Amino acid sequence: MGWLDRDRTIAPPGFNRWLVPPAALAVHLCIGQAYATSVYKTALVKHFGASLTEIGVIFSIAIVMLGLSAAIMGTWVDKNGPRKAMFTSAMFWVSGFLIGSLGIFTQQLWLVYLGYGFVGGIGLGIGYISPVSTLIKWFPDRPGLATGMAIMGFGGGALIASPVSTALLKLYDPNSNAKGWVASGDSVGKLFLTLAVIYLAYMLFGAFTIKVPADGWQPAGFDPTKVKAAKLVTTENVSAKNAVKTKQFWLVWIALFCNVTAGIGILEQAAPMIQDFFRQSDGASLVSAAVAAGFVGLLSIGNMAGRFAWSATSDVTGRKRIYMVYLGVGAVLYVLLAIAGSSTTILYVALAFLIISFYGGGFATAPAYLRDLFGTFQVGAIHGRLLTAWSAAGVAGPLIVNAFLDAQGTPGKLNAASYQPALLTMVALLVIGFVANLLVKPVDARFHEPRPDRERSNEPAMEA
Amino acid sequence: MSTAHTPGAQAAVKASTGRLAVAWALVGVPLAYGVYETLTRVAALFG
Repeated sequence: MGWLDRDRTIAPPGFNRWLVPPAALAVHLCIGQAYATSVYKTALVKHFGASLTEIGVIFSIAIVMLGLSAAIMGTWVDKNGPRKAMFTSAMFWVSGFLIGSLGIFTQQLWLVYLGYGFVGGIGLGIGYISPVSTLIKWFPDRPGLATGMAIMGFGGGALIASPVSTALLKLYDPNSNAKGWVASGDSVGKLFLTLAVIYLAYMLFGAFTIKVPADGWQPAGFDPTKVKAAKLVTTENVSAKNAVKTKQFWLVWIALFCNVTAGIGILEQAAPMIQDFFRQSDGASLVSAAVAAGFVGLLSIGNMAGRFAWSATSDVTGRKRIYMVYLGVGAVLYVLLAIAGSSTTILYVALAFLIISFYGGGFATAPAYLRDLFGTFQVGAIHGRLLTAWSAAGVAGPLIVNAFLDAQGTPGKLNAASYQPALLTMVALLVIGFVANLLVKPVDARFHEPRPDRERSNEPAMEA
Repeated sequence: MSTAHTPGAQAAVKASTGRLAVAWALVGVPLAYGVYETLTRVAALFG
């Protein structure tokens, strides 16, 4: 399939680079559906006669596979270009839905694990990193803005998939008007088939729209010497193999891990947490379930907006400084949330909104941070390896929060004080992340790839 | 640039603008719908 090769995607002269962000968004908006699984979670519990945990495993497998496939396939993505990567991601993601629907129709939960979790999860990982390196090359002047736009799509995908899935489930289930309605398994299976068709069309649109810039291309008016002037920004290149041997990679890994773990702590518990914070002495909460659902929606918007706004801001402030804000200001906000969050709902909502915007910003700024430190050569592959921090945080965040809450009492009886140990643990984590980010210095020259215009061209980059 | 004034170049610019508008609409419209739907839920927070 030569038409997917990188060589066939080189942009002709005059190609408008602003066509690349919508191509990237088309993929990220589709794979962002992964965060909208709660829409049919109860329906699957009922259909399979399974526990919430057993159904939750579907999502966990998908996220673990995201991290693993991004780490393992990153070099392949960089080598083969974004079109082949997006096409491959579409095949895996759509196949995941098809196999998953087969599992639902035949009542075989393991097929849903295999389909949506394992196969779909590979599509998630490849799709997530597929446009990153290309965007950075098209926007050397604004890499944070460019990757922020794409990664914002991952947050936005759930905002679209939730209402669309709810509407489709109602359409496919003849009993949707019944009181206390839970969607049937059949309607969830049909939903999976419909999403497969829609996502295939969108992701292929992305794959056939994206192009890579020709070698040596630069945007009009771009002055590379200005990039060189920033202390942490390199014009050298480091391979993915060498990047993981540097201190800088692991410091950024720790910073991202701490930022994501802290954010997930709030995201996972968002709805019950706001109710618990405003629980009165008689056990009733001042916050209703509908208001709590509105709060979860607001956090989704904060997550999405933070990805774009903070990442774009990092082009002006520099990546290290913006991470100091995510982690340092984030820690202060967490302390405020722990000690004063229960005083008014407005303060609570504002603090949580900002914290979640920092969580999203951490994700979206990471590729540009890696570009600054390691160059553009294999930034996609390095980003893929960094995403293992996300997988690890996806396990650690809920574990920490749930372990503390379990020790404090039973769900429905917790109050603001019950959350203090968990929140203060998150503060400690953010401080560790802050220190790790503070220690990031330029990468040692021995890790740089040789350049043909230099005497040390015969000297290979450090290999171990 | 002088080449931008040739008929061929002008047609290319128009095609590029049209393609750009379609591409952004394809992703922008669903995203705006998703944000709108979410904001209607958020309204319960301040209602």
